[in-house]
Formats: sequence, C-alpha cells, structure tokens
Amino acid sequence: MRLIRQIGEWLDGRLQLAATLRETAEHPVPSETASWFYVFGSAALVVFMMQIITGILLAVIYVPSAGEAWNSLQTLNHSIALGWYIRALHGWGSNFMVAIVLIHMVQVFLFGAFKYPRELTWIVGIFLLLLTLGMAFSGQVLRFDQDAFWGIGIGASIASRVPIVGPSVVNLLLGGPIIAGSTLSRFFALHVFVIPGMLIAFIGLHLLMVLKLGINEWPMPGRIIRKSTYIKEYHELTKKDGIPFVPGAVYKDIFFAGCVLLTLAIVAAYFGPYGPSGRPDPTIIQTAPRPDYFFLWLYALLSLLPPQMETPVLLIGPVIAILFLLLLPFLFGEGEKSWRRRPIALLTILLVAVVLGTFTDLAGHAPWSPVMDAWSGDPIPQQFLQNRSALERQGALIFQLKQCHNCHALGDEGGKRGPALDNVALLLTPDQLIRQVIQGGGNMPAYGKNLSPPETTALVAFLKTLHPAGQPPARDASRTIAAEPVANPPTSTDR
Amino acid sequence: MTLPENLSRRAMFVKLGILFNGIIAALLAIPILRYVLSPVARARKAGYETWLPLGSLDQFPAGQTRLGTFRNPDVQPWDGKTAYSDCWVRRIDEHTFQVFAINCMHLGCPVRWFPQSGLFMCPCHGGVYYEDGARASGPPERGLFEYAYKIEEGKLYIKAGELPTPVSPSKPSALVDISGKQPCA
Repeated sequence: MRLIRQIGEWLDGRLQLAATLRETAEHPVPSETASWFYVFGSAALVVFMMQIITGILLAVIYVPSAGEAWNSLQTLNHSIALGWYIRALHGWGSNFMVAIVLIHMVQVFLFGAFKYPRELTWIVGIFLLLLTLGMAFSGQVLRFDQDAFWGIGIGASIASRVPIVGPSVVNLLLGGPIIAGSTLSRFFALHVFVIPGMLIAFIGLHLLMVLKLGINEWPMPGRIIRKSTYIKEYHELTKKDGIPFVPGAVYKDIFFAGCVLLTLAIVAAYFGPYGPSGRPDPTIIQTAPRPDYFFLWLYALLSLLPPQMETPVLLIGPVIAILFLLLLPFLFGEGEKSWRRRPIALLTILLVAVVLGTFTDLAGHAPWSPVMDAWSGDPIPQQFLQNRSALERQGALIFQLKQCHNCHALGDEGGKRGPALDNVALLLTPDQLIRQVIQGGGNMPAYGKNLSPPETTALVAFLKTLHPAGQPPARDASRTIAAEPVANPPTSTDR
Repeated sequence: MTLPENLSRRAMFVKLGILFNGIIAALLAIPILRYVLSPVARARKAGYETWLPLGSLDQFPAGQTRLGTFRNPDVQPWDGKTAYSDCWVRRIDEHTFQVFAINCMHLGCPVRWFPQSGLFMCPCHGGVYYEDGARASGPPERGLFEYAYKIEEGKLYIKAGELPTPVSPSKPSALVDISGKQPCA
C-alpha cells in the first residue's frame, strides 16, 4: 500500500495532475441534476469508447480493398474465434450510439440546456450528431456488401443533383469514375481516421464546456433565464444546493453506462453481426438494397416525395434543418427552460418523432417497392378463381404473366406499389379498365404495346370479377339509357 | 518591464515566423489539394470516351433485351468484381441496338428487365421504364441512361466507364422523355 502511494506521489510530482483531476471530479453540481435524466451524455461517451475498442479489433483483420473486404468479413464471421461477436458488438454499438446520441439531444432540448450560456455546447453537439451519422453511414459502406455497394450509388445519385458541381462531387465521393477500390479506401480513411479524429476533438470541446459552464440545472417552470443574471444565479445555486459530481452524481452515470454495455453485449450475442449480405458484385443485379436502420426514414422519404420536389427537398432540406438547429440557441437563448412551459418545443419533438417513426416503420415493409417476384411467386388466392369462366381464368393468367401482381395486391398478396385490386370492378367500369390498362396513367405504365387485343379482353374479363359478392360492379349508366329502346338490353358490357 | 523596442523586435520575428510558415503551408497545399482532387481532375480518358467490348453480336438476339457485362477502363488491380458493370442490351433489329445503364435514373438501384410485360422495374422505389428506356412511371424524372454503341467485326462496343447518375447526359439520339409524359400507346 505504501509503495502504491509512493509511486502515485512520484508520478504526480512530475505530472502535477492530481489536484486538477480532484477539483474536476469534485466540482459542485446542482443537487437535482444528480438525476437519471442526466445520464445519456456519459452513456454516449462510453459506447463511443466501446466503438473505438471494437473498431481497432476489427481493423486488425479487415482488409479495406474492394476485392477482399467481403472475404475478410467472412473470415471474421466464420474463421476467427469470436470474430462474429466483435463484429456484432461494433455493428450494434453503432445503433446504440446513434440512439443514445438522439435521446441525449432530445433531453438537452426539452430541458432547455441549449440556452445561454451553453449555446456553443449545443452547436458542438450538433456537429457530434452529424459526425455520428457520418460514422454510421461510412461504417455501412465498409461492410462492403451489396447493400453497401448500391447504397453508395444512391449517395452518388443524390450528390449528382447538386447544381453545377454535382458530377465533380460524385467523382470526389467515389474517388474515381465508378464505385470500386478507391471508393472503399476513401470511406475507410473517413471512418477510421478523419471522422473519429474529429469526434474525439469535438467530444473534448463538448466536455470542456460542460465542466467550465457547469451542468444545466434542473429546469423549474417559471425560472426565467436572463443573460444579465443567469451566471450569478447558477453560482448561487451550486453554492447553496451543490453536491460534488463525484460521488454525488456520477454513480448514476456509471450504473446507466454499465446497463447500456450489458444490453449491448446481450443484443450482440443474441442477434449476431450485420451481414455481410451478398457479394459486392455489380453484375449481380437481383438485389433490392436497403439502408441500415437509422437511414430507413430517408429511404421512405425518397420514395414518397413527389418526383419534382425530390431534388429541392434533398438539397435544401438538410441545409435548413442544420441551420435551424445551429441557430436554435440564438433564437431561443433566454426565457423558460422547462418543457412544461414550452408546448411548441414539446410538440415539435413529438411531431419529429412521429414523422421519423412512421417513415421508419413504412420503410420496414416498403409498400412503394414492386414485389419483383410476385408474378411468379405469389399465386392468385383461390377465392378470385373459383366459379370463373375460362376467359376470366385466362385473364388471371395474363395478370400474373404480365407482372401486374408485382405492383397490385390481390387478397393482400403481391406488390403494394399500385392500389389493391380486390374491389377494382366496383370502382372502374369495363371501359375504364380497358383504358387504364392500355394507356396507363396515374403512375401506371401503359401496357398498350405489350397486350394483344385478346389478352386485354381476357384481363379485363378477369378484373370485372373483382368485386364483393352481392355488390354489383360499376357500370356506365349512360349505356343503359342509350340501350333502353332495345328489347333485350345488354346484360353485360363485354365487347 | 522589457524595453518596448526589444518587444516589438521579438513580436516582429514571431510575425515573420508565422508568415514564413504560412508561405510553406500554402506551397504544400498545392500538391495536397491536387492529390485530393485527383478523382475530379483526372485525365478525361476514363469517362465515356473508351470503347468497351460487350461480346459478339450473336449473344444478343434481335427483338430481345439481354444483360451485358463489361470491364470498366479505369480500374485498379484490387477492385475485384467491382471492376465490372452490367448493362441492358436491347437489339431492335440486325443493326440497331439500344444499350441502357443498369442504374435507375432515380437513385441508381439496378433495374430488372421483364420481357413478358416489356418493362424495366426498379426494386428500390418502384421506377418503371418502357422497353425503349423511356420513363413509364414512378419517381424517376427521366428515361434510362443510354450508352453510345458501335458494331465492329461482329462485336458490340459501348462507350462507358463512368457511373451514370440522374444528371449524366444521355446519348443525344436516345429516346429519352424527360417530361414524364407517356408516349402514345
């Protein structure tokens, strides 16, 4: 014991850090901030450290070469002892980090912690969020599989739309004219050197400011923040009601971080590593690339925006959103901190959460994507074929053969790109059906060139049967009137 | 208290020192920037300037659309399979072809050809194109990118080598319908 003490004293005689560290650790924080709401920042830091460790472990094996990266991931998954687990920890750690960073940001926003004098802490935090998302995206690229390959293509297509410099930006992003070895190398450099370096520097700044300015006090409804008086009030609060950060508040951070790490360890062990999915071979085109979880909302947005709005929204939207986040502490730097007195702030968070949640959920089943194999894989449910004439069944065959099923569902089977056709005969008369099939329109391709007249007749005969029993199909009323003088009015509109 | 003239002399040296380092930094920035920007400022030979063989003509029967594979001109030994790209080759008649990029002109996903319905469909966001590459429906704002082609000694060649993006200018003769209107059926 004495020896340890002596070594400690010897070291501190040279480093002279002990006093500073003790002062930092024991700096007074308002006693209400020793709360379970104040643990997310430190948890994000702990997960980041975990990412650094697992990242270094992966880099020991991983080969950042377009030709070999995928193979090296297979080696990690199957040949190296527990390589799969390190990959799982890193992949799930990435999800955990994005999630915790977002929760931390929401907490900080709702508790008014971005207000005077912590504006710069917030701004640095915004950059930390962007860098974290940058890590998540570049990490997905390093998992150089089919999703990664086509995912960069999507990034390039978005970048190409920047006016004037678009094509140059694409080349810079890809490191050449196509997605290949140079692309992976530069994403490797970004993911392993550039972004982590910036993250470490910005985290340092972020923490320094938290220490220098003090942790945000618990927001009391009615306690108004004014630039002229705030710092004095804060110091009085910490003097009157302060407790030392260590051990007064830190134990909750430690426990929460431990729980997060434990959950991560269990989740990684249970669900295992992400992919890699298919080989990054551009000549295998039977693929439907999907982004990782935290970019799914973007995938949904890109599918649902009207085409003409897409480019402006993609290029201007992020600029406005980031500018708004950066300007937030200057626009609302004073006043109430408590979310109980900031209904618009609370509603904004709810709205953003509902929107992102809905988009993410939608992207989970992607109703806008045609089901590419529905025409050969999803049979037409029986009830649509029973008691049908030969012509109508022939129409059902045409329906499958011409890939109508890829976009149109019947009895919940098939694509959802176009409307489900279970009741189409109630909505469109036979003439309207023929017109729609042949000319297309309303986001449907025209089939005029690819359907012979007999095929069209059969298809429409089948479509005419798609209505619930007991409800008559739509018909053109004018026809009946026009046909009235005839002794036997046509009972069917077959032509 | 030091002498003011002494102070200003030292301050001047500091400023000179910073200036000296600034000049060196500016000089070093030239090669660094040139290096970083090399993918943009590269020799134009890569782009769409090289004729690449797709194979002999009889791989592509008239009246059909088939997948073609070519090796990109500007590649590295470590590119692996990514050195190759696919394209859709539509042979209209004996001497007339259309060679489309595999990439959807919405966000670049690989489109698939369905001969039965004569449509290219994209699995990502549901872009659909007619057999001549014109936009049929979905989010793309234009038709498929078309490579220039030539036939030489019974072989089909295309000019390729750059990732086609929604802003890549298509071959002038291509049947591209950027208005999104449907051609007469």
